[in-house]
Amino acid sequence: MPSLFATTRENSGITLVDLSGRISLGDGSALLRKTVRDLLEEGRTKIILNLGDVNYIDSSGIGELVSGFTAVRNRGGELKLLNLTKKVHDLLQITKLFTVFDVFNEESTAVRSFD
Amino acid sequence: MAPETKHLEVTLDTHVESVNLAEEMCVRVAEAAGFNEDECYRIGMSVREGVINAFHYGNQEKPEKKIHLAIELTEERMIIHVLDEGKGFRLTDVPDPLAQENLLSTSGRGIFLMKAFMDEFDVHPGKTGGAELVMAKRLPALGSPHSNGNGSASNSGAPHQEA
Repeated sequence: MPSLFATTRENSGITLVDLSGRISLGDGSALLRKTVRDLLEEGRTKIILNLGDVNYIDSSGIGELVSGFTAVRNRGGELKLLNLTKKVHDLLQITKLFTVFDVFNEESTAVRSFD
Repeated sequence: MAPETKHLEVTLDTHVESVNLAEEMCVRVAEAAGFNEDECYRIGMSVREGVINAFHYGNQEKPEKKIHLAIELTEERMIIHVLDEGKGFRLTDVPDPLAQENLLSTSGRGIFLMKAFMDEFDVHPGKTGGAELVMAKRLPALGSPHSNGNGSASNSGAPHQEA
């Protein structure tokens, strides 16, 4: 069974990716990488990753989030994060990545932040 | 009477699945030792990062090499050893992932997480020539809400952290 599921949708011109499961070494990290790459190939560069149902991220997953952030930014876009669970929130805090990512608790606020 | 130490050793293949297996195994031992859910998560994550380190950096994903995992349960601590068959490394050579120039690095956070999540962490030259990661967590104090009754109260003061 896959460790991560990703569903892509649109909200006011912004691409939202609803993720659930684990972003960890192996297929979880690989799916996140492929999802972001596919979106960039389609020219979608305003991306929100909804992590509300992601209950686990390891260092490989953190690396993949950073990789996605950089890849989107290199295309002139932005990748933002929505609905962090406590574990993911704490991980981003201790790794100082809160200073890198824009993080939101409300989808509408996250979408409007691209205006 | 000498205090009892429980010891478990397993040799793992250099394979992604070994990472999950090692994590699950150590979390089960931690649960049985009386650690609460948060501590089990931290121990599991640390073991996971240690085995990822052995799999990727130590053994360079070469399937003919092995990863040696050992768990010791003393009266006071759970101690975990992760030994690879690589070339070894020094802790002082590991870049600081919190340095501004490394914040956007896509790797290099595993050692940091092990140091952050465990009470003790160090790296030694292993008997295989590779690196031996040694990490430990004090058992829950006797009488704490999550105690299993087997641990003893630890009054050893501040946790030991390597630089």
